[in-house]
Amino acid sequence: MRYIFYPGCSQEGTALEYRDSTLAVLQALGADVQELEGWTCCGASVASVMSELLGFVLPARNLALAEKQANGRDLLTVCSACYTNFRRTFATLAANRQLHQKVNQALELEGLAYQGTLTARHILDVLANDFGPEAIRARVKKPLEGLTVAPYYGCQTVRPYSPFDDGQRPTSMLPLLEALGVKAHRHSREASCCGTSLLMTKPEVGLTMVGSVLEACEGADCIVTVCPMCHMNLDAYQDKVSRLLGRKVQIPVLYLPQLIGLALGLPEEKLGLRRHITPVKF
Amino acid sequence: MAAITEALDLGQLDRSLAQRVSPGRWEKILSCIQCGTCSASCPAAHAMDISPRQMWRMVQLGMTEEVLRSKSIWLCSLCYTCHVRCPRGIPLTETIVRLKELAMERGIVSSPQSEAFYRAFAEVMRRYGRLREVEFMARYFLASNPLAALGFARLGLTMLARGKIRPELPRLGGEGRLDRLFARVAELEEKR
Repeated sequence: MRYIFYPGCSQEGTALEYRDSTLAVLQALGADVQELEGWTCCGASVASVMSELLGFVLPARNLALAEKQANGRDLLTVCSACYTNFRRTFATLAANRQLHQKVNQALELEGLAYQGTLTARHILDVLANDFGPEAIRARVKKPLEGLTVAPYYGCQTVRPYSPFDDGQRPTSMLPLLEALGVKAHRHSREASCCGTSLLMTKPEVGLTMVGSVLEACEGADCIVTVCPMCHMNLDAYQDKVSRLLGRKVQIPVLYLPQLIGLALGLPEEKLGLRRHITPVKF
Repeated sequence: MAAITEALDLGQLDRSLAQRVSPGRWEKILSCIQCGTCSASCPAAHAMDISPRQMWRMVQLGMTEEVLRSKSIWLCSLCYTCHVRCPRGIPLTETIVRLKELAMERGIVSSPQSEAFYRAFAEVMRRYGRLREVEFMARYFLASNPLAALGFARLGLTMLARGKIRPELPRLGGEGRLDRLFARVAELEEKR
């Protein structure tokens, strides 16, 4: 399996451990991964508020770079917001020739053109479908038996541009968790919203959203997620949620590749579990 | 606002706002049947001054000022739940993004925090091409409410201690990484 990797901004900062653990797991699974050269921000949720066109130009810039470098590789993303921006751009431009031309008029400035031949894939899709539970099970050195894990997909991992799982009742993590030897804690908030930037702009609203997810996950030993935004919100605000609810809520939040890495026996320094705000203790 | 709860009188239809915020797909917005699935699905509806269902009726009626001044549009976190559940297939979430864009353009953003958030993020993106998280946070708090930063101080220190963030100083002077691309986009975009 060969991929061209778009890390995304968080993976150079607050979510460095997501990138490190992803690359370590993919290497252990025998994948050939190359980082996209010259990548820039996908625009996050911000560019398209500033300008509709900018909201397509920034993802298209990276897609155009990836088309030049891919050589048959799939474009791999780990952040669900980057993933959605790339897929939204691919789908929208495919249906709107005029807009597509306008986007390329802007990219001309950088000597780039997006052909519309490449879109992005999500790490969860790649782990679940390119490698699959059997390939992972075969490499498990330390089965995580006795551990109960609450899967958390969040929003944009599964909707609305995601083809690999159900947009409201996703299940793609379940076979992977089973392969690691853990028990899944099923709950009502698996595909609910973490609150995203509301934690900064409207903290009182954001905290109720994070709180409702954390409460639904109570009873599990940890939560596992596949998006740096979801991770930040679930991991970093547990003190504030505890104050809001009037009782202590404490539950470690891991990225799926970290959990897989633990079962594969990968070294701690590649998994970065000590970088989390809520201590990872089972 | 009486009209909002009553059956739609076709004589009151004003397509201008729908056409502005949903170019090419505005007829979809006029097909809203006021079923309320969007309001029932929205994780932030409890905090809104206008419910999503009411908002779509107001868009149909061309109540531009009222919609753009609402708190509701700034509470959308882009979770796309209303989008996937809407029985009429209206691209609701992305239409809210267009409403935000229009409110920014007209300078009537009811949430100063949201405006500061988007502007600080875009500024850092334009300068460096990638988000520098600490500089973005600093710019955001300075522009919105420096005192609110205190509420994040403890978390910030923990993140420093864990190596999740590094202190960053803005690089001053020189051309921003995406200055030219941003300028080209502004040139191409026909601002209405």
